[in-house]
Amino acid sequence: MTLEEKQQEIVSEFSLFDDWMEKYEYIIDLGKDLPLIDPAKKTDDRLIEGCQSKVWLDASIVDDKMRLTADSDAIITKGIIGLLVRVLNGESPENVATANLHFIDDIGLAEHLSPTRANGLLSMVKKIKILALTALA
Amino acid sequence: MGLVEKRKFSVREIRQDFPALRQQIYGKNLIYFDNGATSQKPQLVLDAINQYYSKNNANIHRGVHFMSQQATSEYETSREYIKSYINAEKQEEIIFTKGTTDGINLVAFSFGSLLSAGDEILISAMEHHSNIVPWQLLCERKGLVLKVIPVNSRGELKLDAFEELLSSKTKLVAVTHISNTLGTINPLKTIIENAHAVGAKVLVDGAQSIQHTKIDVQDLDCDFFVFSGHKVFGPTGIGVLYGKEDLLDKMPPYQGGGDMIAKVTFERTTYNELPFKFEAGTPHIAGGICLGTALQYLNQFNIEDVEQYERSLADYAQDLISTFEGVKIIGTAKNKTSVVSFHVDGLHPFDIGTLLDKQGIAVRTGHHCTQPLMDIFGIPGTIRASFAFYNTREEIDTFIAAVEKSISMLR
Ligand SMILES: Cc1ncc(COP(=O)(O)O)c(C=O)c1O
Repeated sequence: MTLEEKQQEIVSEFSLFDDWMEKYEYIIDLGKDLPLIDPAKKTDDRLIEGCQSKVWLDASIVDDKMRLTADSDAIITKGIIGLLVRVLNGESPENVATANLHFIDDIGLAEHLSPTRANGLLSMVKKIKILALTALA
Repeated sequence: MGLVEKRKFSVREIRQDFPALRQQIYGKNLIYFDNGATSQKPQLVLDAINQYYSKNNANIHRGVHFMSQQATSEYETSREYIKSYINAEKQEEIIFTKGTTDGINLVAFSFGSLLSAGDEILISAMEHHSNIVPWQLLCERKGLVLKVIPVNSRGELKLDAFEELLSSKTKLVAVTHISNTLGTINPLKTIIENAHAVGAKVLVDGAQSIQHTKIDVQDLDCDFFVFSGHKVFGPTGIGVLYGKEDLLDKMPPYQGGGDMIAKVTFERTTYNELPFKFEAGTPHIAGGICLGTALQYLNQFNIEDVEQYERSLADYAQDLISTFEGVKIIGTAKNKTSVVSFHVDGLHPFDIGTLLDKQGIAVRTGHHCTQPLMDIFGIPGTIRASFAFYNTREEIDTFIAAVEKSISMLR
């Protein structure tokens, strides 16, 4: 599946929900299911400190593919991380660097990636993109 | 002011005065429980803002023409009203500022310039960042020492520790009247008497008190009192610093510019008299005028009725929230008001706040600009519901059901 197809798939999953609470119920479930980052990797250098919630990101490029695991102390943030990981994990640095992550907006979660939200998600996406760009350089 | 007949305290009628309360958020009737962050505005204030800009807009203190005189007169009438409202002795003691933060920075800069290395400033562990950082900056600049009055597990100041910290080195005690995070009402009179006994001055952060309780600066005998217009049903960008005249007289200006001068030459400038010495540049004229309107609005009611009603709301909410499993109320002072802050075991405040938002309920989550206080309680933040006199028990019932639903979704 291409990066774009993965985004489409998420958008169609979310179109099944009638209201916000159902959407969030699903995100929370994703958050609960997301494999935790290896506790040994929950170190300060992997910590992105938001004003509201914290995010730990372990990102590397192995065999020209993005390898991501991430975690958060807030479940909703973690659920959204789960979606981002699903879209970006295993993609080439080039795909990651140029990705337009429109699905977040399409499913109505843009607020979570806004600079004022300060939950660490925007910084996480930036870090992943920078890593991809560095690999390309 | 106490002589006029007061308006009957009817929450249903009061709600009619606040257009912002009549809206839906995500398809749900808005429940606004973030009054600690800022209050909504009554129609009276909205009309006054509109009236100012559509009719009276002119620069003040500097025009011969009719509109300028009109605007100046309204601005100064508002100052006079604010003076009476907080029972200051003179209107020279009422300085318009941008808000609480600005007022504290003014005092830290200007009063601070009179202090010398080794002098001590005393704040408390429950201060808002805006009553911490200006003092840290001052201490760095001048080699002063910042000391902190601790709080107990209920979120009350430890007065015995306070008395031990006080000494002849203490030059200023800067404390909040009511804690924005805990709702604790501090025993100002005791604090002020003790501080004065060692020759220290006292600044009271009234950001969270003027909208909830009677303020009488002469009765309190505080040296400085600061508050923000936007938390007391007025506009943002305007606030007040009250200071005793003899102190303000001794303090150098904070900022230079127009309005604050008597005579300027390149060799030497003399300053205007109080309060203008501290009001450089064109101020927030509409703000100054409409802050007066906001206080007039509040003053229609018996403030004791407002206070009692808000306390009953907070008590009601606190009793209900306490019954949830794993919930810990942060801030259980005997004397508290208007705020219920809580933490749910194993759940992040951000998650609960997000789910409440989607149910149309505005609360604040996080550290509330009191990070050191959160560290003391060992939590990253709380969920804070803060009430105003336009909130109702029915809203609290809906809120409680929404909290319950959110917790069950997250567990
Ligand atoms: C206790 C307290 N002090 C100071 C402030 C700062 O007020 P402002 O941001 O209006 O200057 C606040 C506002 O949140 C507060 O609650």
